[in-house]
Amino acid sequence: MMRMQNISGMKKAKMKKKGMRKDAWGRRLSFAFLSPSVMGVLLFFAVPFLVVVYYSMIDNPISHKFVFLDNFISVFNNSAFKQAAYNTLTFSVVAVPLAVLLSLGLAMLLESKIPFKSQFRTFFLTPMMVPIASVVLIWQVLFHYNGMVNDILGLFGADKVDWLKSEHAQVVIVVLFLWKNLGYNMILFMAALSSIPKDILEVAVLESANAWQIFFHIKLRYLSSSLLFVTIMSLINSFKVFREIYLLTDDYPYNTVYMMQHFMNNTFAKLDYQKLSAAAIMMAGVMVVIIGILFLAENYFGRDVEG
Amino acid sequence: MSGIKRNRRSKLLKERVPRHRAGIRKGKSYVRRAGAGAVAAFFAILFLLPIVLTVTNSFMAASEISSNYGQVFATSDNGGKTFIAEKVNLKFIPDMVSFSQYITVLLKSPDYLFKFWNSVILVGPIVIFQLLVALLASYGFTRYRGRLKEMIFFTYIILMLMPYQVTLVPNYLVSGWLNILDTRWAIWLPGVFSPFAVYLLTKFMRRIPVSVIEAAQIDGAGEWQIFRRICMPLCRGCMCSVAILIFIDYWNMVEQPLILLSDTAAHPLSVFLSKIKREEIGLAFAVATIYMVPTLLVFLYGEDYLVEGITCQGGIKG
Repeated sequence: MMRMQNISGMKKAKMKKKGMRKDAWGRRLSFAFLSPSVMGVLLFFAVPFLVVVYYSMIDNPISHKFVFLDNFISVFNNSAFKQAAYNTLTFSVVAVPLAVLLSLGLAMLLESKIPFKSQFRTFFLTPMMVPIASVVLIWQVLFHYNGMVNDILGLFGADKVDWLKSEHAQVVIVVLFLWKNLGYNMILFMAALSSIPKDILEVAVLESANAWQIFFHIKLRYLSSSLLFVTIMSLINSFKVFREIYLLTDDYPYNTVYMMQHFMNNTFAKLDYQKLSAAAIMMAGVMVVIIGILFLAENYFGRDVEG
Repeated sequence: MSGIKRNRRSKLLKERVPRHRAGIRKGKSYVRRAGAGAVAAFFAILFLLPIVLTVTNSFMAASEISSNYGQVFATSDNGGKTFIAEKVNLKFIPDMVSFSQYITVLLKSPDYLFKFWNSVILVGPIVIFQLLVALLASYGFTRYRGRLKEMIFFTYIILMLMPYQVTLVPNYLVSGWLNILDTRWAIWLPGVFSPFAVYLLTKFMRRIPVSVIEAAQIDGAGEWQIFRRICMPLCRGCMCSVAILIFIDYWNMVEQPLILLSDTAAHPLSVFLSKIKREEIGLAFAVATIYMVPTLLVFLYGEDYLVEGITCQGGIKG
C-alpha cells in the first residue's frame, strides 16, 4: 500500500507544536484500546500456557515435586509420541505446501477468462459451511472398501484399497484437508493477483517476457506476503483437521494417521498432565521456529515491493 | 481513499484478463478458456459433491439409507443392528422423496430444537463480543507501533496457533478458579478473547493509509473518533468476513462443550451431531441439513463481504 507522507509544510509545523504532548497521550490511549483483549488473552491463553510450562516440570499434580526436564525426556523417548510427531510433520509438510500451490493454481485459473467465474468461486467456498459430522459421514461412505472412490478407480483398473485402515489413510486426510481449505486460500490469492499493478505486467509483455518469467519475477514477488498469510492460515487449519480425523477414525486410528493431537487427546484422557504439557511445549517450540522462518523469508523475498 | 481503492480493485477483478493477452493470441485463447473451464468445472463438482449428498440423502427414508450404507456403518458397529448390503450405494436421488427424517427431527422430539437453540445461545455472543474486543485491540495494535506491541502481536500469533488440546487442561483450571465451570461462561469467555479475530483485523487495519489517519488528527479528531469514524467504517467488509469465519468455527465446535460443560442438556447440536448413533444415520443427514441452514444464510447474506473482506487480507504488509 502506498504510504503518502507528503503533508504540506504548514500542517507539519502545526503538528510538531502539539506533537510531543499528543503523542505520549495517544500512545497511552492506544494501549487502553489493547487492554481488554490483552487482559482476556492473558487470563485465558497466556496464563494457561505458563501453567502448562509449570506442569511440564513437576512429577505429578499432587506432590508438585520439581523434576525439570525429566518429563521432556520421557516424552521424547515415548514411541507413541515419536509416531505422532512424525505423522503430524509429514502431514503438514505434504498438505500445507500442496494447499498453497493448488489454491494458487485455482486462483490463476479463475483469473483467466472463464465463464461462470463468480459461481465457481461460490462453489469452491461451499466446503466451509458443511457441518463436520456430515462431512465425516460422507467421507466414510466415499472411502469405504466398497465405496465410490474404489469403484471409480476400479474403472481405470486399479485394485481396491481399504482407505481408512491402511497406509493410504494419510491420502484421505490430505484430500479432506485440501477439500476444506482450498476455496478460502484461493480467494486470498485472487485478491493478491488482482492487486498486482497492471502496468508492470504490460511492460513485461512488451519486453517479451514469457509467462514463466512473468510468474516468477513479477507475480511471485507481489504474492510473497499473501503466501505467508496463506501458509499461516493453512498451518492453523492443518491443526484443526484433527477434529475430522478423530471422528473419521477413532482414539487409536491406523498408525499413519495417529497425529500429535491423538497423542494429546489420549494422554489427556489418561490424566497424564505432565506428559501432555511437555509435549505441548515442544510443539510450541517447533511452531515458534517455523513461524520465525516464515517471517524472515517474507521479509527477504518481499522487501523490494511495497505489497 | 481506501473505499475508492477497493472499487477500483473490484473493477479490475471483473476485467480479469490483461488486454494484451486477449489481443495477441486470439486463436489459442479459445481453446485455453475451454480447458480452464473444464478444469474449474471438475473441481467444482468435487467440491460440491458432499454438500449435495447431504441434502439429497436427508430426503431418503430410513430403510433406503440403511440399504444403501448399511455396510459402511455395520463394520464399525459391534453392538447395534447389522444391516446387510452387498455394495455401498452412493445415491444422489432418493427412490422416493420422504420427509420422515425431518418429521422425526422437527416434530417428534423437542430435543433437537433445544440443542439448536443451545448452539445459537453459545455462538451468538461469542461472534459479537469477539468482534468488538478484536476491533479495539486491532486499533491498539495499529496505532503507535513499537517493539513492545510487535512482541505482544507475535505472542498472539503463537497462541492462536496452539492446538486446542494444549490449552485444554489450563483452560479447565482457569475456569475452575473463576467458578464458571459447567456454565456457558466457560465457553463464552475464552471464545470472546480468542486472538484469531485480532490477528485478521490488525492485518487489515494496518493497511489503512497513515495519511488518512493523520488527516483526521490534524482536523482535531481524538483517538476514539479516529477509531469510531474512520477505522471502523473502513473495516466494515473485513468485519463481516471475520464474523463469518468466527461463526463457522464456533458453530461447528465439538471439544469445548464436551469438556467444559458436563450437562449434556446444554450441549450444542454440533456435539450431538458428532456423536450420533450409527443406527440413526438417516437422521444425521436431516439434522446436518438443518444445521447447515444458518450457515447458508450467513453465507448468502455475506458472501460479497466475505470475498471483499478476505480480499482485504491479500497482499498485506504486516
